[in-house]
Amino acid sequence: MSWLSHIFGEKKATASVAKERLQLIIARERVGLSGPDFLPDLQKDLVAVISKYVKINPEDIKVGLEKQGNFEVIEVNIVLPEIR
Amino acid sequence: MATIITITSGKGGVGKTTTSASIASGLALRGLKTAVIDFDVGLRNLDLIMGCERRVVYDFVNVIQGDANLHQALIKDKHADNLFVLPASQTRDKDALTEEGVEKVLKDLEHQGFDYIVCDSPAGIEHGAVMALTFADEAIVVTNPEVSSVRDSDRILGIIQSKSRRAIEGREPVKEHLLVTRYSPKRAHEGEMLTYTDIQELLRIPLLGVIPESEAVLHASNQGIPAIHQKDTPVADAYLDAIGRFLGETHPLRFVDYDKPGLLKRLFGGK
Repeated sequence: MSWLSHIFGEKKATASVAKERLQLIIARERVGLSGPDFLPDLQKDLVAVISKYVKINPEDIKVGLEKQGNFEVIEVNIVLPEIR
Repeated sequence: MATIITITSGKGGVGKTTTSASIASGLALRGLKTAVIDFDVGLRNLDLIMGCERRVVYDFVNVIQGDANLHQALIKDKHADNLFVLPASQTRDKDALTEEGVEKVLKDLEHQGFDYIVCDSPAGIEHGAVMALTFADEAIVVTNPEVSSVRDSDRILGIIQSKSRRAIEGREPVKEHLLVTRYSPKRAHEGEMLTYTDIQELLRIPLLGVIPESEAVLHASNQGIPAIHQKDTPVADAYLDAIGRFLGETHPLRFVDYDKPGLLKRLFGGK
């Protein structure tokens, strides 16, 4: 962003971003509403399993769905308690 | 045999009622006997867009509940022969639309010799919207070139494919049409707005037309005259083309390409 583009009113071409985002979300929603809706349950189960071994809070586990190329990736992030 | 056309979108404010009014008027202008029904119980607006709000005595729910007959409730349009409006109830709640009740009204309209019945769906995916699409033979999905509208259109397509009578009874599926509204060729050209081909690629249904964004629509609703009557405006012409395509004619798309204005026009303005 420079003062030149500011003066000449250069506009952002954001439509391609919109299209990409829609392609992902529509494809996912078409597969059926079973899609990412299982994530909360998955998170609960993970908390239960991990709690057997380590003491953690439910909010220390983050579960998300990501798209990488043609694959959907479930990303699980577990934050272990600080060691004092 | 009457053909039932549902005008739907999922999202609100994209131009369902404007489109219902113009499509119904356009069919009537072709000499086809047409009824347009407002399914938005509690928030009726089709009467205002059609300019018949002061002539509403009985409504859709009155007819369903037997308080009035169809003949008493149908309002004859002032701008097109062969066109009749059935307004929604402003006071009842949406549950007053029963499936049996809606089906009976549609059957009665068919017996009265209507060629087309246009159902103006409320926004959302709740009871009223489902009732509006249950008996559809064809559906016009109104979509703006904007992310939430496109996503909601896809949702409503899924509902048409699962909850319509045609789907449930395993008959030939509801014929789906995409109508892109509030389109700005300039912004699409500059990569600021989804193009109509982007939208069609995403939703994968045949394109019925592209209605350009225009001041004429507000002028039309201000006056209670459907936009299709705003002679020689791009909006009216785009709706007339869409009607032609709906009836099987071939019309090239208009008002979708951006012509860069020349220097003179830029200097001296003009619209």
